[in-house]
This record gives sequence, C-alpha cells and structure tokens, in this order.
Amino acid sequence: MFSGFDFDVIERSLPYLFKEGMTFTLTLTAMAMAGGIVFGTLLAMARLSSIPMFNVPAATYVNLMRSVPLVLVIFWFYFLVPWIGGWIIGAREPIQVGAFWSSVITFTLFEAAYYAEIMRAGIQSIPRGQVSAGQALGLNYWQTMGFVVLPQAFRNMLPVLLTQTIILFQDTSLVYVLSITDFLGAAAKIAQRDGRLVEMYLFVAVVYFIISFSLSYGVKHLQQRIAIIR
Amino acid sequence: MPMIEFKNVSKWYDRFQVLTNCTTKVEKGEVVVVCGPSGSGKSTLIKCVNGLEPFQSGELVVNGESVGAKETNLSQLRSKIGMVFQHFELFPHMTVTENLNLAQVNVLGRSVDEATAKSMMLLKRVGMEDHAPKFPGQLSGGQQQRVAIARGLAMDPIAMLFDEPTSALDPEMINEVLDVMVKLAQEGMTMMVVSHEMGFARKVAHRVIFMDRGEIVEDATKDDFFGKPRSERAVQFLSKILHH
Repeated sequence: MFSGFDFDVIERSLPYLFKEGMTFTLTLTAMAMAGGIVFGTLLAMARLSSIPMFNVPAATYVNLMRSVPLVLVIFWFYFLVPWIGGWIIGAREPIQVGAFWSSVITFTLFEAAYYAEIMRAGIQSIPRGQVSAGQALGLNYWQTMGFVVLPQAFRNMLPVLLTQTIILFQDTSLVYVLSITDFLGAAAKIAQRDGRLVEMYLFVAVVYFIISFSLSYGVKHLQQRIAIIR
Repeated sequence: MPMIEFKNVSKWYDRFQVLTNCTTKVEKGEVVVVCGPSGSGKSTLIKCVNGLEPFQSGELVVNGESVGAKETNLSQLRSKIGMVFQHFELFPHMTVTENLNLAQVNVLGRSVDEATAKSMMLLKRVGMEDHAPKFPGQLSGGQQQRVAIARGLAMDPIAMLFDEPTSALDPEMINEVLDVMVKLAQEGMTMMVVSHEMGFARKVAHRVIFMDRGEIVEDATKDDFFGKPRSERAVQFLSKILHH
C-alpha cells in the first residue's frame, strides 16, 4: 500500500529538518519557558497581592491572554513588536526585531499567563503558617517569597509546569504562519518542494509524538522523586 | 520599662471583636502563661506582639517600639523576637541546619560558618545535634518543635513567644518540648506562652493571664491564679482542665 510513497525524502532531509527546524523549535521552547515562568511567577505574585494597583492589572493581563487564540497573538505581536520597540527607544521607524525574537517575545508573554495561573495555585498551596514563620524570623516579603514560599510552590507545581511546557513545545509549531523555519515549517518546505506531503507530515507527527510522550513519561517519574517529605 | 506592654489593645475581624481592651505587660526575664478556652483570643493576642496580627486600636510597645506605628520596622523588630508555632512551621525543603541558618545569614548578616556554629550549639542545647543534616519530615513532632525552638533562639532574641507549642504533639512527646522550655525559663528568658499545660505554668510561670471572649479576665501571679482565682469563668476553666 505504501508503494506510491517515497520515504527516502525523510532521510535525505534529516539534517535540514533537525539542524534548522528542530533547533529553532527547541530554542524557542526553552527560552519561552524560562521567560514565561519568571514573568508568570511575578504575575502570580502580583495577582495574589492585596494591593489593587498590582492585582488588577495582573488579573486583566492573565484573563486577556487566556481569552485570545494564540495564532492571533502571534500575528499581532509580529506586526506590533517592531513598532512598540521603536516607540520605547524613541525611534521614528519600527525597529528590526526579526522572526526569532518576535516569536520568543510572543510566546513568553502568552505562556506567562498560563504559567502564572499554575504558580498562583502553587503559592496558594503553601500553608499560611509557613509565611508567618518566615515573617516571624524577620524575613521581608521578597525573602519570605524567595526562600520559603516559591521554592516549595515551584517544587509542588513542577509536574504541571513541565506539562504546560510540553503544550508550549507543540504550540510553537504555530509560528509557521509567519513562514518561520521551525521543525514543522522545515518539513512543510520540503513537502511542498518535493510534493511529498503525506510522508513529511506523517514523519513530523511521529517526531512530535515521540518527544511529547517521552517528556510526559519523564514528568510522571519526576513527580514521584521530588515530592517534599512532610 | 516592660519588655512587652499592651495598652487597651482591641482587634476586630470585620465587625466581630476578637480582642477587647487588652492591657497587660511582660517584664524582662518574666515568664507569662496565657490560657483560656479555645476561641478566647489568646493566640491572636500573642501574634499581635510581633505584628503577625494587626490590631485596630490601643497601643502595644515591645522593647520601646510601638508595634502598630507606621515608622516601626516590623521585620527588624520580629528578628529580635523568637516565635514557636503550634504546627512547628519548619521549612520542609531545608535541612535542620538550613532552617536555623536562614534568618541568621539573611537577616542578621552572619557568615554561613558563624551561623552554622551557632546552630550546632543550639541544636546541642535542645538535644538535636545528631539530626542536623535531616529534613523536618524525617523527625517526630517533638523533635521538630525542639528544632523550631532552636531556630527562634538562633536569632539571639530578647523574648520568645510560644503559640500552643505542645497542643499538636502526641502525649509522649510533650515532655521533651516542655523540658526545653523549662530550661529556657530558668535561664531567664522573657517568655510569653499560650498553653494549657498547667504543670508548666505551676513550675516556671511568674504570672498567668486568663482570657475569655477576647478579654483578659484575670492577670495574676501564679500562686494567686491557682490558689484563689477571682473570676467565676477562671474557676470553671480550671476545674475543667485540672479535673483529670
């Protein structure tokens, strides 16, 4: 049944697919994860603050980002970031951000909203008495957060954070709407060029599946290993 | 000048009043036991001392500083007052030594070596030196509470607050914690202790405060409180808890 197919095309394009495509996808995933978790944690702290000046903007931001389709955000940021960047540094012309940095910024800002909700749940899972104990020792807000609350919240939430990262890894394939050569983009280009759509898209699906599945398998094991003894 | 002085301290949760015109004081070197039925506001009272619970009216002066005042640096004041909690509240992601070192290093600015030396000295004092590298989850309740006391002492506090330190413990572990507290009291530490351990109160307390419904009903020397309690409520309370 596969007689009409040419699976050699995969082997021939492997270096391109992985060296160009997968490198981009993984770099984007890693940077957006790091940025998203840092920004998301700050958002979560702001959202849990009792001061309206912090919690209202944070809640608005998170809800807005979570209500807009990712593709739209990608489009908007791709066209907006150069203008906003230019406006910030006071340049008259939009600055050149480039597809890569534009995607990093977009995904960081978008995923931060999701990481924020995870970290918010994590922070709230820490007993109030832990905060009291930190304060009673003379630690200030940032020290109590940094030494007592966040390390525990982060550890409690690590499996969920990683699961969100697996989703992020899959979501990065949406950058193909900007004609960026990520893993899917690279495969699409070969597929169009050689007219081997079925073979390439099958292969891409298998690769995404293997990576995502082994990551979630790893997360499950990690979950059992890192639990804090209480 | 008293170490801790309450002047008409009142506190409300919305419209529910939890503390009503509380006035009392703790002198330097004095051990004061606060008792009373549950919900009487004794934990709230003690948590006002280091500002963990804000209050709405009255004045509370600790070591010459007004706790409720805006210009008071609460973190700095707290670092001078040790606190021991009902549920220990050790940091579960840190070893025993790290628990003791954390605030010494980050609040008092001691070097790690200096802090560790101090921690080991205190762990020895509470009989926990062998458990220094362990995590709190590997210790029994009584052991955790002794570590928590050492954590408070590591800051060289001018006073120690105890919020029901033995009420979450299994009966056979209560004494190991009380022994540490008795020793501390005998060494002259200023202590304010919320507790139902009347044996402890009889042994080391100078004064006993009895609270009911947010009010300080009785504030007497130990002998007066146990010998001739003046209020009907204190009599009832004592008969209930001393019955068996």
